Amino acid sequence: MTVLTDDTLPVTPRAMRDEMIVFVCMALALAAVPFSGLYPFFVMQALCFALLACAFNLLIGYGGLLSFGHAMFLGTAGYCSAHALKVWALPPELGILVGIAAAFVLSIITGYISIRRQGIYFSMITLALSQLLYFIYLQAPFTHGEDGIQGIPQGRMFGVLDLTKPTVLYYVVLVGFLAGFLLIYRIINSPFGEVLKSIRENEQRAISLGYRTDQYKFLAFVLSGTLAGFAGSLKVFVAQNASLTDVHWTMSGEVVLMTLVGGLGTIFGPVVGAFVIIAMQQYLASFGQWVTVIQGAIFVVCVLTFRRGVIGEIAHYFRRSL
Amino acid sequence: MQALYAQLLVGLINGSFYALLSLGLAVIFGMLNIINFAHGALYMMGAFVAYFLLNLGGISYWWALLLAPIIVGVFGMILERTMLQWLTGLDHLYGLLLTFGIALIVQGVFQNYFGSSGLPYAIPDQLKGGMNLGFMFLPIYRGWVVVFSLVICLATWFLIEKTRLGAYLRAATENPTLVRAFGINVPRMITLTYGLGVGLAALAGVLSAPINQVRPLMGADLIIVVFAVVVIGGMGSIMGSIITGFALGVIEGLTKYFYPEASNTVVFVLMVLVLLVKPTGLTGRAA
Repeated sequence: MTVLTDDTLPVTPRAMRDEMIVFVCMALALAAVPFSGLYPFFVMQALCFALLACAFNLLIGYGGLLSFGHAMFLGTAGYCSAHALKVWALPPELGILVGIAAAFVLSIITGYISIRRQGIYFSMITLALSQLLYFIYLQAPFTHGEDGIQGIPQGRMFGVLDLTKPTVLYYVVLVGFLAGFLLIYRIINSPFGEVLKSIRENEQRAISLGYRTDQYKFLAFVLSGTLAGFAGSLKVFVAQNASLTDVHWTMSGEVVLMTLVGGLGTIFGPVVGAFVIIAMQQYLASFGQWVTVIQGAIFVVCVLTFRRGVIGEIAHYFRRSL
Repeated sequence: MQALYAQLLVGLINGSFYALLSLGLAVIFGMLNIINFAHGALYMMGAFVAYFLLNLGGISYWWALLLAPIIVGVFGMILERTMLQWLTGLDHLYGLLLTFGIALIVQGVFQNYFGSSGLPYAIPDQLKGGMNLGFMFLPIYRGWVVVFSLVICLATWFLIEKTRLGAYLRAATENPTLVRAFGINVPRMITLTYGLGVGLAALAGVLSAPINQVRPLMGADLIIVVFAVVVIGGMGSIMGSIITGFALGVIEGLTKYFYPEASNTVVFVLMVLVLLVKPTGLTGRAA
C-alpha cells in the first residue's frame, strides 16, 4: 500500500486538544446557522452528506479501502426509513433506527463479500454490488421504482420535537451529525483505529505482527456502512423523499469527490468537501450537465495537483493533524 | 425455441462487447497499473466518432471501423501523456479516481450537446437483411459483430502472447526497469498500450452503434458490468478475459429468456458467487 497521507503525525494530547478546539468552533458555527440568515435546508443537506463523507473517509482515509459503492448504504437506509415512516407510521426515532439497522445488515453482507479482494478489486466489487442493489430497487415494489417514496411525514421525535418546524429539524440533524462525527473521531483515535492505520500503511507487516487484518477491515467496513446509513436516514427527514438517485453510482462518485476535495484521511476534510460540493451544485444548478463536467474536472485537478485536499494542505502547512 | 436462440445471439453480442472491453482493461492494467474507469466513456466516443464520420463526412461504416479506434486511440494516448503518466508510483486508487473524472467530463460534454436520447446509426448495406439457418433467423449484422469481435480478440491475444512486440510488452509488465535497461522505450510502449486498449473500446463502440443506438451514457452502465466481468475472470490472462466475457454474455442472454427480471443483475450475482467460492477470481491470480 502506498501512503495516502504524507505525514502520519502521532496522536499526542496537544494534537487532540487542537482538534477539539476546531471541533468546538465548528459545532458553534453550525449551531449559529439558524440565526445567520443562511438557508437552513442547504446546510442540513450538506450536513447529511458531510456525515456520509466522514463515514466513507473512515474506510479510505484510515483503512486504505476505496469503496465506490457507498451510495448503497445511503440509499438503503433512506428507503427503509422512508418505508417505516410512511407505511408503518413509525415515530421518527424508530424510523431512523430501522434505516440504520438495514444499513448495518447490508454492510455485513457486502463487507463479507468485498473484503475478500484487495486494492483496486475492492473498489470494483463495491461498485458492482451497489449497481446490483440499484437494479433491485428499480424493480422492487416498495421503492416505487422511478418515482421513489414521496411525501414522507416528518412527525414528532420522542413525541415532543416537531420536525415539521425547520429550526427544530435543523438542530436534530445537527445533533445527529455531531454525534456521528464524534463517534468516528473516537474510532480513529482508538487502538482499533491505530491498527487500521497500520494496515493502511503496510498490511503485510500488520499481518506479520499477528493482527488478523481481514477482521479489522471488515469491522471498519461495517462501521463505515452503518454510519453512512445513519446519514441516509437523516437525509430522509430533510429531503422528505427517497429516490433512486441516492443509490446510483453517481452518488457514490460524489461522496468520493467530497472526501477527495476536503482531504483523504483528514478529520475535518470530508465536512469541508461536502459543503464545497453541495454549494457548487446549488450555485451551478442552472448549468445542467456542465455540473458533471465540472465535477469531473475537479477530480482530475485534485488527483493531479491537489492530492492532500483543502484540509490536508492546511494541516501540512501547520504540521498538524486536522 | 426461436426466442431462446434470439436471446442467445443477443447474449453473444453483449459478450463480444464485454470481451473487447475487459481485454482492453486487462492490457491497460498490466502496463499502467490503472483501472481505466474512462473505458465506458471512450467506448461511447467510438460510437460517436463513427456517427460523426458518417453524418458529417459521409465516411462509411467500414472506414469508421478503422478510423474511429485510431482517432479515439490517439485521444487516449494524449490523455496518457498529459495526465495518466504523472500517476506512476502513486496508489492504484488515484488512477481510478482520475479516469473516473475523465469519464465524467467526456460523458458530461456529450450529454450537453446530445441529451440522453439515442441517435440512430444505420446498418451498412452489405450487412442488411438476414439468413434463415433452419432453426432460427440470423440478422447478418448481428452475426458479423460476433464473428468480427472474436477475430479481433484472438488477434489481440496473438499479438500479446505470440509476437516479439507482445513479448516486450509482457516483459515490461513484469519488470519495466529491467526492460528499459535493454534499451526498449518503455514509456512509449505504455502510451501505445493505452492507445491499444482504448482503441479496442472504441471498436466495440462502433460495432454497437447500429444495434444499441448512439447515446452519451451508453458506456456508463456497461463499464460497471465489465468491472464485474473483470472481477470474475481476473486480469491475469488475456484468453481468460475473452472467454469470461463471452461466457457471461451468453449466461446473461439465457437469463433474459428464462428469468428476464434478473437479466440486469445476473452478472453481479455471479460475481458474488465467484467471490464466495473462489475469492481470487476464476483465473486465479491474487490482486
